[in-house]
Amino acid sequence: MNNRTTVERTSDRELVVTRTLDAPARVVFEAWTKPELFLRWWAPKSFGITFLSCEMDVRTGGSYRFVFGHPASEQPMAFFGRYIEVTPPSRLVWTNEEDEEGAVSTATFEEKDGKTRVVVHDLYPSKEALDGAIASGSTGAWPEQFEALDDLLTTLGGEPVRL
Amino acid sequence: MVQYITARLDASFAALSDATRRGVLERLGRSEASITELADTFHMTLTGMKKHVSVLEQAGLVATQKVGRVRTCRLGLRRLEEEAAWIEGHRRLWDARFEALDTVVEELKRKEKTDE
Repeated sequence: MNNRTTVERTSDRELVVTRTLDAPARVVFEAWTKPELFLRWWAPKSFGITFLSCEMDVRTGGSYRFVFGHPASEQPMAFFGRYIEVTPPSRLVWTNEEDEEGAVSTATFEEKDGKTRVVVHDLYPSKEALDGAIASGSTGAWPEQFEALDDLLTTLGGEPVRL
Repeated sequence: MVQYITARLDASFAALSDATRRGVLERLGRSEASITELADTFHMTLTGMKKHVSVLEQAGLVATQKVGRVRTCRLGLRRLEEEAAWIEGHRRLWDARFEALDTVVEELKRKEKTDE
């Protein structure tokens, strides 16, 4: 089984992540849409990130808000948006509104022989928006010990929570 | 993906096909410069130089930044490298997520079997 994670910039405005998981689509969809399951994997431990809160109203038009913390950072980071389409167990579309130029993300779950190919497709509003996301992740202004956090947060493109 | 890279290479080669633009890259290799300075150096109008810089910028060979009324140009050759590094960072994040997701779905599958 090819379970390699691939990431490709497929055009000026698009980024595509793929991976095959050894489970039926409905199981993967469940882990993606139930908050108590979702928060166990979305912020990986190896990146040192923890969920401070996780609100998800997974239905078309529903909204979500995730707040992450990191021991090396005083300011938590918030990520939020809306679910545009929820079609169990094959398709989930959401916005990323913490950034004005945030992408629209589409996850598709395609089952074959009991395994599920997951494709996460990010469509940015413009070439400049995706270039900007990439550029902001390359500034390298963080000390070394913050690198993991930097990687994650700049990759996700979140903004600091104003407390 | 391959098509996208090919398109970008085409843009790079097209940008490099012009002697003035190669000269601009050589000049920016020594230090950054404003469009006005580049126009003076190459005895061109401001509009003409803006066009050349725009072609180089589209190809990712030059990066420009506007401060006040002055647009400063510098070599943008690092951009593809930066993009590759960012994409690798993004891949590591998703790989870590999927590793954790694997564990979660394994548990769900086991639980379903027990419930049957």
